[in-house]
Amino acid sequence: MELITTGYAGTMESNDIMITVEPSDQDGVQVELTSSVYQQFGKQIIAVIRETVASYGVENALITAVDKGALDCTVRARVSTALMRSAKRSDYTWEVRQDV
Amino acid sequence: MYKKDRLRRSMMFVPGNNPGMIRDAHIYGADSIMFDLEDSVAYTEKDAARFLVYNALKTLNFGTKETVVRINDLASGLGVEDLEAVVRAGVQVVRLPKTDSAQDVIDCEREIARIEREAGIPVGTTGMMAAIESANGVLNAVEIAKSSDRLIGIALGAEDYVTDLKTTRSDGIELLFARCMILNAARAAGIAALDTVFSNVNDEEGFIAEATLIKKLGFDGKSVINPRQIEPLHKVFMPNEKDLNKARAIMAAIAEANARGSGVASLNGKMIDKPVVTRAKRLLDLYEAGSKADEVEEL
Amino acid sequence: MVELNNIPHIDEISNHGVFAGAAEKKTATFSERYHQQNKIVPSLEEAIRRTGLKDGMTISFHHHFRNGDHVINMVMDKLAEMGFKNLTLAASSLASVHAPLIKHIKNGVITHIETSGLRGELAEEISRGLMDCPVVFRSHGGRASAIRSGDLHIDVAFMGAPSCDPYGNANGYSRDDDDGIACGSLGYARTDTEYADNVIIITNHLVAYPNAPWAIPEYDVDYVVLADDIGDPKGIMSGATRYTKDPKELLIAKTAANVIEATGYLYDGFSMQMGSGGASLATARFLRQKMIDQNIHCRFALGGITGQITAMHEEGLIDRILDVQSFDLDAALSLKNNHFHHQIGATYYASHMISAAVDQLDFVILSALEIDTDFNVNVLTGSDGVIRGAIGGHPDTAEGASLSVVVAPLTRGRIPTIVKHVNTVVTPGEMVDVVVTDQGIAVNPRRTDLKEKIEAAGLHVFTIEQLQQRAEALVGVPDPIRYKDRIVGVVMYRDNTIIDVIRQIDEDE
Repeated sequence: MELITTGYAGTMESNDIMITVEPSDQDGVQVELTSSVYQQFGKQIIAVIRETVASYGVENALITAVDKGALDCTVRARVSTALMRSAKRSDYTWEVRQDV
Repeated sequence: MYKKDRLRRSMMFVPGNNPGMIRDAHIYGADSIMFDLEDSVAYTEKDAARFLVYNALKTLNFGTKETVVRINDLASGLGVEDLEAVVRAGVQVVRLPKTDSAQDVIDCEREIARIEREAGIPVGTTGMMAAIESANGVLNAVEIAKSSDRLIGIALGAEDYVTDLKTTRSDGIELLFARCMILNAARAAGIAALDTVFSNVNDEEGFIAEATLIKKLGFDGKSVINPRQIEPLHKVFMPNEKDLNKARAIMAAIAEANARGSGVASLNGKMIDKPVVTRAKRLLDLYEAGSKADEVEEL
Repeated sequence: MVELNNIPHIDEISNHGVFAGAAEKKTATFSERYHQQNKIVPSLEEAIRRTGLKDGMTISFHHHFRNGDHVINMVMDKLAEMGFKNLTLAASSLASVHAPLIKHIKNGVITHIETSGLRGELAEEISRGLMDCPVVFRSHGGRASAIRSGDLHIDVAFMGAPSCDPYGNANGYSRDDDDGIACGSLGYARTDTEYADNVIIITNHLVAYPNAPWAIPEYDVDYVVLADDIGDPKGIMSGATRYTKDPKELLIAKTAANVIEATGYLYDGFSMQMGSGGASLATARFLRQKMIDQNIHCRFALGGITGQITAMHEEGLIDRILDVQSFDLDAALSLKNNHFHHQIGATYYASHMISAAVDQLDFVILSALEIDTDFNVNVLTGSDGVIRGAIGGHPDTAEGASLSVVVAPLTRGRIPTIVKHVNTVVTPGEMVDVVVTDQGIAVNPRRTDLKEKIEAAGLHVFTIEQLQQRAEALVGVPDPIRYKDRIVGVVMYRDNTIIDVIRQIDEDE
């Protein structure tokens, strides 16, 4: 998926995460994370962000994240929203929950 | 998979773009939790809320609570994408807003069935409920209630409805016709009848009065917008000790008559009619279900 | 004539000799004496000089002004200016307003701290290794015992007081008028003034003798210093502690009240204490309704007192209040106006050396930063290992009460509250009976009696392990905190044995 513009998603409220996705000329995905729980969950949040970005086939991007204690499912949702907005796309492939 | 018959005294509205409220939605004891993609979400955040609710449904454990998502109506252009997300995420019940006719339900059901087929989910897994929010909808309540096997119930959405009627919400008299229509339509179709929200959270007295009224009319339950409304609502629906004892006595008399091989049971010298038995049984079922539902769930 | 030799057993009766004539009869009026014989010293500096304070000595402060305190910073600035070094600062607690102490630590004025708690920048700096000598953390009861036993010897106590007369009778309010500042009870100051070698009262409000009722009697006071500014009323206390509207805190509070009722400790004539957290305070509201419905009353409420407790007192639901610290203006006003709202000192409140008020508690409701699967409670260090709390009376009341209930959300944001091991043990699991969260109740297995009663009331009881697992399933497993070997804090249990240590956090990448 090709990133076209800067995409934002999320809020600065507690339990949420604010994600900014920008197209990048540099190779790779850079993630800059600020988090109220950085010491405890920083690595995990970055891993979830990278995994979500990779699932869209995006290889170059600058991701800025300001976290206020979001759960992994919220991180995934906000990154997805920001990526779709950045790519100006709305054709997401929804996947079936495993135990349905 | 949804359940057609279950306790639905309280359905708590949870704004679909608020991660904190979504994660805690199940702790307050509501029978159903309804994640809202419609009125509580700004137009520019519809995509964000859809992703959030989709991911939450896929990952979080809401215990034994019934999960409901209020989608945007299909005419808005957002509803089908809402369905694509939440049906796959395994929501138990889709709440269709602004239902004016049976056709609205049929259109929505067709989309749900298509998505289920495409996703490899058994067709019929997802339940539906229809919210009636207009004069037309109220007049069409009977056919709406009978329009789909998936329907677990129909609900009144009063805010839009009173506007349509050119009135405002007051002591409840303005809703009397709609409530009676919806209730009768639901009962005729054998599904649940659910009442609208009471929006002044600080007016507990007014809330209890309204809950008492709709319970008297025969409704199964009511939508709530704040956790504080759940306990008073459940209290209204909890049978009192006197009624319970009477119901137990009736059931004991029936059992005793059956044991005698007699088809006629009597209590205190009066013959017990069939509707009396039905009511007694329903009361005891409600009591039992209610006592269980208010316990903290097993982990 | 008295002949001493004629009195049998005189050696055993008296060694003061015979009356040698009276002193000169006073003729001055009470008002005249007032000007001649008072303890007012013209300046703080002069008062300090007169105490004979030397380098290496111990000075003490109380924390009744909370985050509005201006006394500690003012006195420390003066001591630094006068060139003192190597002092031990023993405060009943410290707040974030005390961040300026950092510079006095860096320049050697303060080399050791004893306190109940630390917050803000000062706490963070200490967690990063600001001090060579570890900070000693004591509970309110533990501190009182240490002072009484001499473990903590106070050379000079600097006590801010919202009212004082020229002879040193000092109080946290005044029945004359309050002149802008009132803190209610001065309970923690009473232990310091009783045992310190020298006591300086620093007041913004001199009232006529006698400043009755007083918290601190003049015979415990050496000097009185007048100061324009001893604190910011807004930081000292809010008008009234409001009941929380947070639905999760209300849910926890309602469950806690149901638990207490189920255990049988809510009976006519019971005694209680509430911590100051939102859920803990809100429990009072649910208990109040039960008391009204069942027509039972509380014999006494203890501890840090809020307007919720005093309102119940004024309604006739609580007979007596024993107040060591008034948390809000309503509580302070009640102490001033209500006959049976009684001020007590820290020793009587919670010292393990005497029969203390905590020992008469039926139940206490306490908060926690962390609770572990052994029921140990941490109220001192955050999930990142940084000091950000206070022991307060936590272990004193948990041990003193027959039923200790700890209320906390299962998680705070993404941080789990129920964990496998707390960062810092403040109250040992043996003293914690029931944990109430928004997602379930756990009962200490040592209290099988309670579990049966709570279950009999129709409430579901989980194991603490189940609650821990539920928290973990929701938020995941946090990375462990990285510490260095160096110890920056020592945590004392209420008998002043060391229950745990706090280490310097490791922030190296």
